[in-house]
Amino acid sequence: MKLLTHNMLTSHVKGVTKGYPLLIKATEVKMNEVEFNPQFVSRMIPKLEWSALIQAAEELGHRQDLPGELVPDYEKDEEFLKMVHRVLLEVEVIEGFLQCPESGREFPITRGIPNMLLNEEEA
Amino acid sequence: MATTLNRSCNQYLIHLAQDNLDFRLPVTSFMQHYSCRSAFELWGHGQTHSELKTSLLNYPLENMLPFMHKDSTYKINVYTFNKTLEFADRIKRIDALDYLPFEGAVSLKSPEHIFCLLEDYGTDPNNIPEHPNYIYFGRWIADGQRELIRSHSVKNRHFIGNTSMDAGLSFIMANHAKVKENDLVFDPFVGTGSLLVACSQFGAYVCGTDIDFNTIHGKGRSSRKSQKWRGPDENIRANLRQYGTEKMYVDVMVSDASKPVWREAALFDAIITDPPYGIRESTRRTGSHKDISKPHDGIYVDSHVPVSQAYHLSDIFTDLLHSSALHLVMGGRLVYWLPVYRPEYCEEMVPLHPCLRVISNCEQTLSSHTARRLITMEKIKEPEELDSLAHMEDLHLSPYQGHNAFREKYFSGLNKRCGKEEDRPHVNGQ
Repeated sequence: MKLLTHNMLTSHVKGVTKGYPLLIKATEVKMNEVEFNPQFVSRMIPKLEWSALIQAAEELGHRQDLPGELVPDYEKDEEFLKMVHRVLLEVEVIEGFLQCPESGREFPITRGIPNMLLNEEEA
Repeated sequence: MATTLNRSCNQYLIHLAQDNLDFRLPVTSFMQHYSCRSAFELWGHGQTHSELKTSLLNYPLENMLPFMHKDSTYKINVYTFNKTLEFADRIKRIDALDYLPFEGAVSLKSPEHIFCLLEDYGTDPNNIPEHPNYIYFGRWIADGQRELIRSHSVKNRHFIGNTSMDAGLSFIMANHAKVKENDLVFDPFVGTGSLLVACSQFGAYVCGTDIDFNTIHGKGRSSRKSQKWRGPDENIRANLRQYGTEKMYVDVMVSDASKPVWREAALFDAIITDPPYGIRESTRRTGSHKDISKPHDGIYVDSHVPVSQAYHLSDIFTDLLHSSALHLVMGGRLVYWLPVYRPEYCEEMVPLHPCLRVISNCEQTLSSHTARRLITMEKIKEPEELDSLAHMEDLHLSPYQGHNAFREKYFSGLNKRCGKEEDRPHVNGQ
């Protein structure tokens, strides 16, 4: 699971109102080199919840120099875009689980794939 | 019922130019999500044949040559969307491709390699242009060449039989959705990911979900049991890798499309999908026991998937439209297949949503009484509280509710033909 995906995911357990962002408890994380595409990163930045991205990067120990707030004029800042690219697309959670911050419900991640299915009582 | 909803859209038939009925290959497939989607390796494209030629001449020669050497056999199929071509015209187009380095021998019956030339003549059957709007050329990769995921059921035949057209259709769907470089595209019923493969070849970043754990993980392939697991998702991700577009892979997840996992924001530039058609257990969603009307339909116990209930067809589309209205960017498109029972189909059956405008609606006939329609919708409005309540009522009264009987109607027609209960040909045309 990449952090771009994590940034868009929310807990959908019945009755939960504060299900975002999901906590990440990773047991295996991999770095995967992905070709840097500044246009794509620039396009994604406005869609992100920035604080959730920082929190997730920190949980995985991959925050490095990512600032706590978005820098202005980021489209032209290649160094910044490269940092964002790395955290969004190159850090992958292979094993672990996502956890609903309100209910504590865990969603396992196996072989890099989250399983978001709920049981009938929770749906 | 909101009368302001815009129903004007084009309806038309897809004319397929099939030059050889031998091409109807029987494929062993069963459920939607185990079906073997074919894939199409795009080599070139353009708005004119001249642009196509330029594009093809830019395609790396070393990627072409393995499929064209003199000891191999091949065949070229010409497909047209919204136009019928005469045999002679098809031959002309094949001959016009002589700038490609074909060295092998032509074999119509059993070629080793199959190439496809696809011409898109737009969406208006009353206004068919003389020249195509868009042309694609590529190599068809049949899923029959990959290991099939076999189920316990008997062999099934599918009706349209034209799996390479399906591969071309992925590109047409991506085109209808206006997928372009740097887009983010989502498929909520991703299956084996062929739609995502097509989108990735247009330069879009792709993600998908599917309720079936095994399909998403690529399980069931015997070669994997002896193989040491190398990395995440040997299925869809591996498909992208095969076409050199692995960098466009974002993620796939096991998830129930009726219970979206995305936060409420405009995230995707396009949503492209082929939802299950509601035949036996191929439509599922999580739910409680008390909601189940037909207890023996689709219940099974599996450590990865909770007890599921029949997912009514009309609900699939209600959820799909609602989810698209929420998660598409303004101007973003939803493109999906809608199964119809032809004797009863009318335009009013196409599901509507106040935030989405129908751009086009075209039929692909599957059999005498079934078809599927390729629906394209564009987001024109952000959903508000009021809208979500209003539209839920609208869709509840939608005539498409009657399509929950699609399953029964489909099988009654089928039983007349085959006279066998266990014969369940797959409507998806794989």
